[in-house]
Amino acid sequence: MLVNDLERQNSDIVAWLDKYGRDRSALLPVLQEIQKKYSCVSNQAMQVVADHLGIHPVEVYSVVSFYAFLDDKPKGKNVIRLCRTISCDMQGKAHIARQLENDLGIGFGETSPDGQFTLEWANCIGMCDQGPALMVNDRVYTSVTPSMVDEILEPCRKSCGVYALASKEEGQA
Amino acid sequence: MIAPKNRGPMSYDTVKAEAGLTAALAKTPAEVVATLTESGLKGRGGAGFPTGLKWKFAAESQGQDKYVICNADEGEPGTFKDRFLLTDYAGLVMDGMTAGGWAIGAKHGIIYLRGEYTYMCAHLEALLQARRDKQLLGKNVGGHQGFDFDIEIRMGSGAYVCGEETALIESLEGQRGEPRNRPPFPVDTGFMDKPSIVNNVETFAYVACILVKGADWFKKTGTAKSTGLKIFSVSGDCERPGVYEFPMGITVADLLSAVGGSDAKAVQIGGASGYCAPAAEFNRTIAYEDIATGGSIIVFGQNRDMLKVAKNFLEFFVEESCGQCTPCRDGNPKLLEGVELLEKGRCSTKYLSELCSLGETMQLASKCGLGQTSANAFLSIVKHFGPDVMARTPHCAGHRKS
Repeated sequence: MLVNDLERQNSDIVAWLDKYGRDRSALLPVLQEIQKKYSCVSNQAMQVVADHLGIHPVEVYSVVSFYAFLDDKPKGKNVIRLCRTISCDMQGKAHIARQLENDLGIGFGETSPDGQFTLEWANCIGMCDQGPALMVNDRVYTSVTPSMVDEILEPCRKSCGVYALASKEEGQA
Repeated sequence: MIAPKNRGPMSYDTVKAEAGLTAALAKTPAEVVATLTESGLKGRGGAGFPTGLKWKFAAESQGQDKYVICNADEGEPGTFKDRFLLTDYAGLVMDGMTAGGWAIGAKHGIIYLRGEYTYMCAHLEALLQARRDKQLLGKNVGGHQGFDFDIEIRMGSGAYVCGEETALIESLEGQRGEPRNRPPFPVDTGFMDKPSIVNNVETFAYVACILVKGADWFKKTGTAKSTGLKIFSVSGDCERPGVYEFPMGITVADLLSAVGGSDAKAVQIGGASGYCAPAAEFNRTIAYEDIATGGSIIVFGQNRDMLKVAKNFLEFFVEESCGQCTPCRDGNPKLLEGVELLEKGRCSTKYLSELCSLGETMQLASKCGLGQTSANAFLSIVKHFGPDVMARTPHCAGHRKS
């Protein structure tokens, strides 16, 4: 990371701390913002947060390591989470998993070398009546079939994420 | 927003948003609590603590700052009713929360929304802002001098255990989501050590309905110990999966026939932490005194391999155990190993009975509800589905009927 990037991250963190407050209960919202913008909560970020909250960085690490949606290693720009819990399992999640692996060229728990995609399992995402279901970042897709997988991935490949195409369409409408 | 595949009629349709708050403010705080106590409403998250009593304790707790917390960390496998309620009836939920603020004397409300539902955040924020504009949140709510109450949304970050109320509070405080010892209970020592009520999304929505329609309306359905109605999330092998409202005390058979799943082999009632009922028990009732549930109903058709079901649930718990107490942290992987042995058809009867006794120990010795219930599905499946579980050979796995 360039020094400039570090400085930018530091000033972001300070801004988020100002927004959410400088006490321990602000920790999770701040970490969520860091994760969202920087795709991970780096050691450097943990140190900065800890300094501002007056706690030991290991306290921050213990929180980052606890939550599935926080990571200390960089994730892809598009995090794909396929639900593996029973209802989606019964509706054929294994086929979707296979197609995702085929189309992305990575396995579960891996990030593509270009940093565009991370493929993960999710526990029940609350779409049990219309599985198999998956999430691309915050967006949910339901009743997914293997032939839909490429349609779901294509907008992510095209530019900077799953929202880019949708916002373009909204702009035209 | 994604609508459920099917939905039944709901009593929520007969109650307008904001009516619940108006009804609450027309009563004294003590009368609100008394109405809820009279209605017999119990916590709809599944644990079934009487809502009136919880609010009474919190109202009686000394202290200036109190909190009303809405548990929207819906993570139980097979449950999606809270997502539906927050999409279609969020006004009622917010009415219920504000009524809670009025009843216990709280100024702060928090919706703890699971991270997986981040896409609902904008919709909920817009509704909250609309309520602020109408003075239904903020200073002097509903024109009542001195009653200040506002609601903020806080996001979870992908941890099932945070649906446990004390773990949820830990998470709000910026800690790992590890459940606390109880007592003290949140009604005395909750968020930031202040008195707090933590209720499920559905509970708050029913609070609004009860305040509008009266305790007697609620009491007239259900059983003596489980009054009123309940929302169910139905998935799995049935014709009409979706969200339904049924009276408490409904038999499993009646529920199945309503959703087109009458020929089921088994039904998982209460999600991964719940009970797996075989066809022979479909005459049992869904109620706090019989089979309790937070509303998750997963239907298994005749060809389902029940050992695979047990395995899926145990994989879930191995992942979601917070790791704090030994019975849950070490017990779940041990049970999962056992299921893998069973899967290969290489588990002695003696070892299986040891696994069952380990499961019973976990039920007794775990610290929180997650560990206490994580062996339920395994134990009920071993008990009821012997042919799926024991002496499997490679060619028969998954194709045998019990």
